Amino acid sequence: MDVNMVAQFISRAVLQGTPLLYGATGEIITEKSGNLNLGIPGIMYIGAISGVIGGFFYQNSGSEVVPFLAVLIPLLCCLLGSLLTSLLYCFLTITLKANQNVTGLAITTFGVGFGNFFGGSLIKILKSDVPYLSLVKIAKAFKTTFDFGSDMGVFGKIFLSYGFMVYLAIIIAVISGFVLKRTKIGLHLRAVGENPATADAAGISVNTYKYLATCIGGMIAGLGGLFYIMDYSNGIWSNNGFGDRGWLAIAIVIFSIWKPGLSIVSSYLFGALYILFNYINVPMAYLPLIQMLPYVVTIIVLIGTSVRKKRENQPPQSLGLTYFREER
Amino acid sequence: MNALELKNVTKKFGKVVANKNVNLTVKSGEILAVLGENGSGKTTLMNMIAGIYYPDEGEIFVNGNPVTIASPKDAFDLHIGMIHQHFKLVDIFTATENIVLGIKDKKRFNLKDAEKKVIEISSKYGFEIDPKKKIYEMSVSEKQTVEIVKVLYRGADILILDEPTAVLTPQETEKLFKVLKKMRDDGKSIIIITHKMHEVLSVSDRVTILRRGEYIDTVATAETNEAELTEMMVGKRVSLNIDRSEPKNPVDRLVVNHLNLKNSENVKILDDVSFTAKSGEILGIAGIAGSGQKELLESIAGLHTSAQGEITYIDPQNKEINLMEKTPVQIRELGVRLSFVPEDRLGMGLVGNMDIIDNMMLRSYKKGKSMFLDRQPPKKLAKSIIDELEVVTPSATTPVRRLSGGNVQKVLVGREIASSPTVLMAAYPVRGLDINSSYTIYNLLNEQKENGVAVIFVGEDLDVLLELCDRILVISSGTVSGIVDGRTATKEGVGLLMTKVKGAKENEE
Amino acid sequence: MKNKSKRTHEPLFHISKRTDVSLKTGIIIRIVAIILALIVCGIVTKIFTGDNPISIYKTIFDGAFGKGRTLVTIHEIAILLCVSLAVTPAFRMKFWNIGAEGQVLIGCLSTAMCMFYLGGKIPDGLLMLIMAIFAIVSGIIWGIIPAFFKAQWGTNETLFTLMMNYVAIQLIEYFLKIADKSGSNVVGPDLLTHGWFPTLFGTNYLLNILIVAVLTVVLYIYLKYSKHGYEISVVGESENTARYIGINVKKVIIRTMALSGAICGLAGLLLVGGASHSIDSNLADGRGFTAIMVSWLAKFNPFTMILTTLLIVFLERGADEVSSKFGLNSDFAQILTGIILFFIIGCEFFINYKINFNHKKRAQVKEEK
Repeated sequence: MDVNMVAQFISRAVLQGTPLLYGATGEIITEKSGNLNLGIPGIMYIGAISGVIGGFFYQNSGSEVVPFLAVLIPLLCCLLGSLLTSLLYCFLTITLKANQNVTGLAITTFGVGFGNFFGGSLIKILKSDVPYLSLVKIAKAFKTTFDFGSDMGVFGKIFLSYGFMVYLAIIIAVISGFVLKRTKIGLHLRAVGENPATADAAGISVNTYKYLATCIGGMIAGLGGLFYIMDYSNGIWSNNGFGDRGWLAIAIVIFSIWKPGLSIVSSYLFGALYILFNYINVPMAYLPLIQMLPYVVTIIVLIGTSVRKKRENQPPQSLGLTYFREER
Repeated sequence: MNALELKNVTKKFGKVVANKNVNLTVKSGEILAVLGENGSGKTTLMNMIAGIYYPDEGEIFVNGNPVTIASPKDAFDLHIGMIHQHFKLVDIFTATENIVLGIKDKKRFNLKDAEKKVIEISSKYGFEIDPKKKIYEMSVSEKQTVEIVKVLYRGADILILDEPTAVLTPQETEKLFKVLKKMRDDGKSIIIITHKMHEVLSVSDRVTILRRGEYIDTVATAETNEAELTEMMVGKRVSLNIDRSEPKNPVDRLVVNHLNLKNSENVKILDDVSFTAKSGEILGIAGIAGSGQKELLESIAGLHTSAQGEITYIDPQNKEINLMEKTPVQIRELGVRLSFVPEDRLGMGLVGNMDIIDNMMLRSYKKGKSMFLDRQPPKKLAKSIIDELEVVTPSATTPVRRLSGGNVQKVLVGREIASSPTVLMAAYPVRGLDINSSYTIYNLLNEQKENGVAVIFVGEDLDVLLELCDRILVISSGTVSGIVDGRTATKEGVGLLMTKVKGAKENEE
Repeated sequence: MKNKSKRTHEPLFHISKRTDVSLKTGIIIRIVAIILALIVCGIVTKIFTGDNPISIYKTIFDGAFGKGRTLVTIHEIAILLCVSLAVTPAFRMKFWNIGAEGQVLIGCLSTAMCMFYLGGKIPDGLLMLIMAIFAIVSGIIWGIIPAFFKAQWGTNETLFTLMMNYVAIQLIEYFLKIADKSGSNVVGPDLLTHGWFPTLFGTNYLLNILIVAVLTVVLYIYLKYSKHGYEISVVGESENTARYIGINVKKVIIRTMALSGAICGLAGLLLVGGASHSIDSNLADGRGFTAIMVSWLAKFNPFTMILTTLLIVFLERGADEVSSKFGLNSDFAQILTGIILFFIIGCEFFINYKINFNHKKRAQVKEEK
């Protein structure tokens, strides 16, 4: 493999890894509050389709497509869609104290259905005259890269060849890591996920933190869905195209032992595994086995952390449990 | 002015009334002891002041102003801090992280500054604390120190301590009391919950007495005495009048030799414990809560496979059976009729969500070769226990969780003695029970003794131990500090033994 | 009076747990929730189709029980019920197995592999026996791997079983690539020619339906009247109690997950051998996840589960019909299912908790004013 191939491989791995990074960062923040949100895959679908719907209206509004608005409108729609879905999850699991696993799975059922339904039927419902759901103009705005990047050879290819959302994902992950580890808010959030009764007794509003973490986490995850459509897929929606990336994001959370910093590396690693088959000489038949690797590795990490029992590497202690103060 | 005042506070859990029309006042710069037996509603009351529970009725005043304490945050805002009996600490955080948890100030988040302040507070009151140590690496008394510093750190003026000495050694208790007095002299108000009389007398200025959820009275400590307080606490003068017959030809039934046990953190829980339980007598086990009583019984029952030493059962035919490294099932299969009433009734001895009949089966469900359950015998057993022990329940198919404490215990003890045991172990069998239920249990234990059963009774009330037991084994920090005759021993003597060993050993070294 | 205004906020209500809800009240609350959900579903459908509500419900009903559709619907119920039954023993033990999807798929895979490699080489009867053995054993293996680690080291079973799903999916993809060199995503009836379950009385799927019916009864009896079932309940309620009476908790966890896995494997067998005669990585179609909700909604009672599966399948099939009638995407069904689930999940709150309004206090405050 020559240098250019390597550069291309890395840049494609980064593109593959970015949706996963959004999902993983979002889920880490959520899980740190003790909410095991299995609705993340659904929320990523909803984030994606909300952005698509916003972009679709804008692109077909007849007015000139201004890059700034072309980014802003889908972005806001995506955040709104993911926020509303996360709120639903919060309302059910926090306010109504429903089982998190069941609620999360219901959200995913709903979200994937919601995404595919509108993805497949939006044109029909709006009785629009466009033939298929394509947001090329919008996608172009999302994919704007640094001008000088292309002049910088391999370096430019590896580091500067992406749309802004790739960098945004890294920034969000780094900020999340900093907030969790170094700030009061992070300390409180971790306390809520570890031991809500203790946090409560310390005067921390457990429900507020759970709501906020889950909603912010959900919105970040939603951006992963948006990135996939607008950047990775060039603005073209295909049903189930997003695939099982939402679950892969949850795998990365485990793989990164709940640390956003690590999740950057693991996301790109998983992204690389996803496309590895294109670059190595194996028969197509082995492709699924390679795609299986991330999950197998995650399982091994999961087993490893539980066998070693290092306290700092365990899942948040109250993960998946509902908190009720007057439990007795 | 009263720092804190409660008027006619009532709290119910479902049909259970935990507190009924309770009044309480604390002045600034005083230590108020809240005295009551286990289950008298002390903790519930304090939880309402700390915002954990919300009262159903009544009013709370702080510095003369009526307040609503709907959450722990409200309590903090009113400068009320509580040190819970079960520590509220995040295990994987450091001491400092736990201490600053939940503080809302405008200052920049800086753990270094916080650490300095922690050390400042500790040295002011004479605590020893490593601000960077993780909680899961700490001993119990270190954790308690963190809890107290935490409350002081946020400038609490009213401190509530829920049975703070239950887990401490005498020296640690002494230290704690010194600190409390320093704080009082600082002008703080301190409420200390306890059921230990000598602590009340040594540390408090006034005492409020609760009995079965109701407010009885508040008296100045200097103007009262142990007898008077006890009378208020239990309702009448403690002349227990528990029957005690002479043991009939006692023979060795259970011999424990050099029993050792470490917990998962590799701390010694039982340290070279040896004793013999004889048929036809009641062997009492006395000690400060958490000295290893629970683990001792569990080891005998086969629940701690890591225990080391010898446990030998001698059956009525004089055959010796080794019980070491046997599971409860294996012990039963060896024909050893060993019954065990554990401390945690609904969490261990019974299944709260199952009905009485299904709970009867817990011990016996495996009987027979069929893969299906036979619910007829447990049904009969349930009926007979309900009748004979006068269990108050709507029916035998009521989940035991819905029964009152006394009735739950009757169901549990009833089941355990139904298998006509030769050894009966009971851990705190009257904890939280009313007087009548307690006597029912004493009588049941006595009955068993007269039937020739070797009864092992872990108790916390020395008066009961001294009136009920033939011999009393005193355990202190996992070691046997003495075995005394129940008829001649004095309360002071046993009390001394309960706190003895550690100090003695230190002197030797 | 002045003091009053200094009060910090007074909570309007506070929530307490309740244990005394009668069976009747519980059922009424759930029925109300379902009715509300159906109304919302109707409104949503109206928005997207413009059809009038009555006709929408008629379409939904036709979709589920219209001409020639009833049998398929009942079969769908049977399969979903089978998977729901599978996850139930583990859930009663509070073991959060969300890997039913993978356990079913691995059962499908084993079945298909037997059909593919042995079909035509041995008598069909023997083939079916071997299919059954392989399907069930592979399901057991998929179930006990996470159970073993949970029992031994407390490894988080939710995350573990979730990951196992995708391992199973990729294994199927691998098989598809090997079995069908053309690169299609399905290995169909043309390649899996042997080992088809016989039709009973000339009716397709009847064997599958009967097997699941028997299984429902058997599992109910197992959970309620067998010693194993009793042990499962004790472990689920309190591990301490289980220890106290000498139940080997690890053994029960592994044994129960083996059972869960076995039934999942059986579901895979029914899907491939008794219905589709084909395999693809989407064959389980999310049933492994839906089953979790079905089982939970039915409070882990096998007979109640018949009703909850009926409700879910009824909606899915109905929504399918709605979407095809109006040329909409078939994922419409999932939206409706989601709505129904949200309502039922939400209504549990009103069964388990009581909201106490502080009427008295507010009245008091008013008086003082």
